[in-house]
Amino acid sequence: MANKMTKGWFALFTVPLLVIFVTVVIIPFLMGIYYSFFDWDGIGANPMVFVGLENYTQLFSDQRFLDSAWLTVKFTILALISVNILGITFALLVTSALRTVNAARAMLFMPNLIGGLILGYIWQFIFTDAFKIIGESTGFGGVFFNWLLDPDYALYALVFVFTWQMAGYMMIIYIAGIQGISNEIIEAAKIDGASYWQKLRKITLPLLMPSITISMFLTLSFAFKIYDVNLSLTGGGPINSTELFALHIYNEIFGYGNYGFGQAKAVIFFIVVAVVTLTQVYITKKREVEM
Amino acid sequence: MNISKIIKELLLLLFSLVFLSPVYIMVVNSFKNRQELYENVMALPEQFSLQYYIDAMDKMNFLTALGNSLFITITSVIFIVALSSMTAWMLARTDNKLSKFIFMTFIATMLIPFQTLMMPLMQFMDTISSTLNIQMLNTRGGLIYMHIGFNAGMAVFLYHGFVRSTVPISLEEAATIDGCSKLGLFWKIVFPILKPITVTVIILNVIAIWNDFLLPSLTLTDTALRTIPLSTFYFFGEFTIQWNMAMAGLTLTVIPVVIFYVFAQKHIIKGIGEGAVK
Repeated sequence: MANKMTKGWFALFTVPLLVIFVTVVIIPFLMGIYYSFFDWDGIGANPMVFVGLENYTQLFSDQRFLDSAWLTVKFTILALISVNILGITFALLVTSALRTVNAARAMLFMPNLIGGLILGYIWQFIFTDAFKIIGESTGFGGVFFNWLLDPDYALYALVFVFTWQMAGYMMIIYIAGIQGISNEIIEAAKIDGASYWQKLRKITLPLLMPSITISMFLTLSFAFKIYDVNLSLTGGGPINSTELFALHIYNEIFGYGNYGFGQAKAVIFFIVVAVVTLTQVYITKKREVEM
Repeated sequence: MNISKIIKELLLLLFSLVFLSPVYIMVVNSFKNRQELYENVMALPEQFSLQYYIDAMDKMNFLTALGNSLFITITSVIFIVALSSMTAWMLARTDNKLSKFIFMTFIATMLIPFQTLMMPLMQFMDTISSTLNIQMLNTRGGLIYMHIGFNAGMAVFLYHGFVRSTVPISLEEAATIDGCSKLGLFWKIVFPILKPITVTVIILNVIAIWNDFLLPSLTLTDTALRTIPLSTFYFFGEFTIQWNMAMAGLTLTVIPVVIFYVFAQKHIIKGIGEGAVK
């Protein structure tokens, strides 16, 4: 009787969410794997043809897919560097003893709250028109021209905007890390006559390693999955030169109507994201044990 | 206070302002006419004409979109908080294989990127709509349902950790002896203790759902149902871009975010930190 009661309560508390969760996440996930073995154009009346692993083997001869994968890697590496350098710099600036640090912190974080889609449009205006006008009036046409029309610069523009969006977010993580460093060590170094750069290089940065690891992996996973900014800033153009992974998958499925093939790409996407994240968890856990 | 310190203070403020200059460029150009805009993008407008705001509001259906975004975000977040906290507490307080399995499933699925689920999800929701006759696609309710499903994993994870580390089990036992039912026990005693983590869950989900574009773009086709990101997207797609009106439209979409930020800044920064580190 008591057991039955417990089971009833258990069901009452968990079943509503579980039903939603299973129908929104679990079933579509399994269906997704199933679809990836078929050739289908997404139209219900048309037959789904079982092709086994063909979608997966075909991936490696799909030049657009390989280009997109390479672009995503390139974008991610550039973003990792710029976001984290700026994030650490911001954090160091706003943990100084100045009175304006709170205002600065609030302002530097703000871009992160504006949605990626809207942020991309703001920057689209800056790159297409503001840059052009500034270039013409200042004479620095070498820097201020429309980045979005040049295949190489369009990717840099994407890195630029992504950095603008994410640096404040990583700053928050680094602030927590810096505040965790004990004052005694810093004071001791000061008494020993260490300069600002010596303190930074020998004390602050090494002690920040746990925060750096977290931020690196977070940036990695955000950068790898970028979609909204990509869509609104460049739309993948010019000529597919900035079509990153997530946008590529969307276009393959809903743009070209290759539901099976596109879903195989989506499954590969999941595997890559999962491997990266699990590596992060493994490294973070290992470090916690060591410390 | 010496001079060099004052200079440093000013430099830091100036640096932050320069960092936010895209927002400045957006706002000033939303008031300028075409000629003024092309003369100098950085200058302040000569006159404050609200014309472009009126046009943008009309073309974006801004008030409808704002209403939809508010309704969808608030309703989704209420359900996420209520259902996830209940589930997480029950899973944390029952020590058996089933609850461990359920919890691990919630965590593991946090790894799945949305792009992996979007196509089959649309197929499955379509199947539900046609077989059970419940409209899942192109309805606010259906979108809310999907938001709950996608954000449940993270919320359960955060609540579970908090219950395990902070909520005293002795308090719950005392209440049970006093004849409190599980439901009463949870809502009257446990849920108030969960408040700090509830704030974090609310913040993280408000930001994620408010800004979400891809899921609503796949589910909502009706113009009257569009959320703010959706109406912005179509606004940019349907009209040849008049930048002053476009900037007015973008400024409109940023205003609610700024208001939210002003009121909840401390919680937002704390919540982001907690959500990220876990």
